Amino acid sequence: MPIRTEPVTVNIGPQHPSTHGVLRLRVTFDGEVIVDVEPIFGYLHRGSEKLAEERNYVQVLTLTDRLDYVASMTNNQAYCLAVEKLMGVEVPLRGQYLRVLAAELQRVASHLVAVGFLLQDLGALATPLMYCFRFREKILDLFEMLCGARITVSYMRPGGVFADAPPDFWPALDVLLAEASELVAELEQLLMQNEIVLIRTKNVGVLPLETAIAHSVSGPVLKASGLAWDWRKMDPYDVYDRVRFDVPVGDRGDNYDRLRVRIEEVKQSLGIVSQCVEQIEPGPARAELPFVLRPPAGAEAYGRVEAPKGELGFYLVSDGSIAPYRCKIRSPSLINLTVLRELLIGWKLADMIVTLGSIDINMGEVDR
Amino acid sequence: MGPFLRDNVVFREVYCWLGGSESNAGLCGGADGLLPAGFEWAAYFAAGFAIILILVNGALLGAAAFVWAERRLLARFQSRRGPNRWGPWGVLQPIADLLKLLIKEDIIPHAADRVAFTLVPIIMLMALLLSLAVLPFAKSAYLVNLNIGVLYIVAVSSITTIAIFMAGWSSANKYAMFGAMRGVAMLISYEIPLVLSLVGVVLIAGSMSLVSVVEAQTIPFIIVQPLGALIFMLGISAELNRTPFDILEAESEIIAGYHTEYSGIKFALIQAAEMAGVLAASGFLATLFLGGWSGPFLSGQLGALWFLAKLGFFVFLFIWIRATFPRLRIDQIMAFAWKFLLPLALINIAVTAVQVYFFGFYQAEVPGEITRGELLIMAAINIPLALVSIAAFGRVTREKIRVPAPRFEGLAPIPRTAEVD
Amino acid sequence: MYGFGLAKGLMVTLKNFINPPFTTQYPEERLPQHPRFRGEEFAWYEERCTGCASCAKYCPLGIIKIVTSPSETAILEGDKYNIDVFDIDIGRCMFCGLCVEACPYDALFMGSGFERGRYQREELVIGVDELREAVKRPSSWFRPQLEEAQYDPHTGEPLAWEEVGREQWPWHQGEKAGARIDWRPRRGGGEPPEDGA
Repeated sequence: MPIRTEPVTVNIGPQHPSTHGVLRLRVTFDGEVIVDVEPIFGYLHRGSEKLAEERNYVQVLTLTDRLDYVASMTNNQAYCLAVEKLMGVEVPLRGQYLRVLAAELQRVASHLVAVGFLLQDLGALATPLMYCFRFREKILDLFEMLCGARITVSYMRPGGVFADAPPDFWPALDVLLAEASELVAELEQLLMQNEIVLIRTKNVGVLPLETAIAHSVSGPVLKASGLAWDWRKMDPYDVYDRVRFDVPVGDRGDNYDRLRVRIEEVKQSLGIVSQCVEQIEPGPARAELPFVLRPPAGAEAYGRVEAPKGELGFYLVSDGSIAPYRCKIRSPSLINLTVLRELLIGWKLADMIVTLGSIDINMGEVDR
Repeated sequence: MGPFLRDNVVFREVYCWLGGSESNAGLCGGADGLLPAGFEWAAYFAAGFAIILILVNGALLGAAAFVWAERRLLARFQSRRGPNRWGPWGVLQPIADLLKLLIKEDIIPHAADRVAFTLVPIIMLMALLLSLAVLPFAKSAYLVNLNIGVLYIVAVSSITTIAIFMAGWSSANKYAMFGAMRGVAMLISYEIPLVLSLVGVVLIAGSMSLVSVVEAQTIPFIIVQPLGALIFMLGISAELNRTPFDILEAESEIIAGYHTEYSGIKFALIQAAEMAGVLAASGFLATLFLGGWSGPFLSGQLGALWFLAKLGFFVFLFIWIRATFPRLRIDQIMAFAWKFLLPLALINIAVTAVQVYFFGFYQAEVPGEITRGELLIMAAINIPLALVSIAAFGRVTREKIRVPAPRFEGLAPIPRTAEVD
Repeated sequence: MYGFGLAKGLMVTLKNFINPPFTTQYPEERLPQHPRFRGEEFAWYEERCTGCASCAKYCPLGIIKIVTSPSETAILEGDKYNIDVFDIDIGRCMFCGLCVEACPYDALFMGSGFERGRYQREELVIGVDELREAVKRPSSWFRPQLEEAQYDPHTGEPLAWEEVGREQWPWHQGEKAGARIDWRPRRGGGEPPEDGA
């Protein structure tokens, strides 16, 4: 006698241990196998784009901290680049170096969060997560030295950074860089050769390059699919044309490649930081700009950076007043999330959680 | 007079203290007890009750101690400090947790099957406590010396499967149902290599009684039966829902699995059963493969300490593994059981059977007697064999486990409708 | 393969098991904060404050409320107005420090504490009296003169208004005159508010 079965629809989230915030996934299962996934978001919508229209150009900066709150520095950087294009300002060289340095440290911190939570989703009971956070903590301490805050930094300003680094920052940075190789070695021993991690991530959630491009995916997700597309190389902003680094690329675009690309990027970022330390020269860190900026009316600018999660862009339109007329945020998390359905149909519940973790979304950025 | 309890130290003391008389001079040496003659039955019940009290409270206190130890050790593995507020080194933390759980609201979901929902914690704890009955904690410190002890453990511990399915079904929760279905599939699969891995031990010891198994271990069976020990260790961690087999309550996937809807004292009982289950499993591992209460010296006097030390070793191993490994996927877990553990267990049985026949019957002066030297020879054969067969089957199953799940073709995606919530 | 990776992972965790823990036991054991740390409990010097409300204007959330009344005595620097109300609602504050950056007279500093937790939201509003009476340990955020003096708010003495100095960044001096801080209705909407708050 055939047993009558029927698909089950489960709402994973918005309160769920591993949806990375308040994402809700309406998933239809046939047993354990996923038949349909529909990401539903908006639970963290704060109207950042609209709020930006009511605040002056420096005040908007504090809103950008809250988009991707594990990578505030790169959010600051993208916004500042947009405002500088709008105003036609040249940033002093030391300011550019400090920005790159802070952004790369932030990239390390953000990737550590991504890797740690991916392993948490795999069920590793917070041990890799704790090791990652232990190192991230040291980076956040450096941010506290730079700008007095750890998460919501508001470090950069249109025209540079708000102030030069304090003198005790540089020795602390040297200590951090010396410890970093140990961390990367430990993570690789713990993760990259672990058979359970390998069989759980290899060939799971494969994203073909065509699909990735069709969905306009960016960041480590795109790199893992095999395309070395990195705005730091393609359109060097700040001083990325003065430092040498490689863009890691995956072969298949599976979860393992996304994990590996992130760990490789951590290594590359640490290399960029040490190059910045060598190359940086004394000078002003901030261009002389008035506190209240008035870009010319009708000016438009798009500033983009390679944020840890992908291409982060701010599109600003000015009407000549002290506040932007329109501020559009191109957030990588939202666009990378659109590919989720393609990745998941036909896989199992456990793979869904891992794949979602490997895409590394941040709900603050998805909902804005 | 029940034959089961006569060997038990506690029973004998309490029984003779209360009801010693002429009629049971063989046990008590004829000394008079507190109760008048003719009330031996009362002394019998009182003594039995005393043992049960010790066992039940010992198991629950052990569970509490294990909760503390696991939290502390996990914290240290994760470079944290762990609970350290209540009592020295936080030892009172489980008491505080228990008090919190006791005063929490005991919620039964509206759609739940109330009877089944309520029965689950009781059944789980009962299955665990039953399995402790045959465990020898020290020389002559066991509740019963069942001559089918090994079989009894396997039988009793599989009651948990039913409890888990009851929990998942009665909760009327989709996550709980996921956990229950996973649990039933996994637990039943792992029963088989688990039972088969014990056959080797039973063959060598020549008895199913745990007491005899301990006495037969002139050298620990983990050396003679490395494959059996490995399979039993992996199988029992699957039975206990420990990582890497904790898909039943995979918190990153299905919240808490089968006990998602449980709260308050019911949750506390389920947790107690799980935690004491780890202790019981460590006890079985120590008894079956590390020689139980027998130690290099003073086994008679310090038996309980040897037992505790060996139990602690396995508990540490369980916690260490939990701190390190991620979780496997359900199909990988099933493949691991059927394609890796089961063949290894069969190999182990075949080889051990031949060895036992050769050393114990073909060659031996006394049939069934295997000497220490012969055990060492068996170990010398079995350890390389274990390595070779693990390597061989690791290679065979590696590719099979890693094949990705097929893309789902059978059912068309459900048409989406506009969402109005 | 064959579990060697698993064994390596076990060794990594065992190494961390033996090493001392990384975390600290918070109330007994405190991690040092950098002098730039943007903490709660703003340090406000009434002697310097003119009640210009630049801070209130530049607060992105508008959580600073200032009410002033004309003062008869003009003894001290900038003492043209009485500050009647100076409420900072740190329950909504995000500690971005723009108010400190905007202050033309260096009267407002970020604080250095982080333990002003309260049970009621109303108690999270720092009023003018509390600001007046607070022990002033200003953070060196956006105040390079404190950094040059190597002042550490966590170990150093509380500073009086004569001691905190004036910030001298050249690109900020234009702002400090207060001339360019203006308010213009955007896209023709409404008049400027009367009370200046």
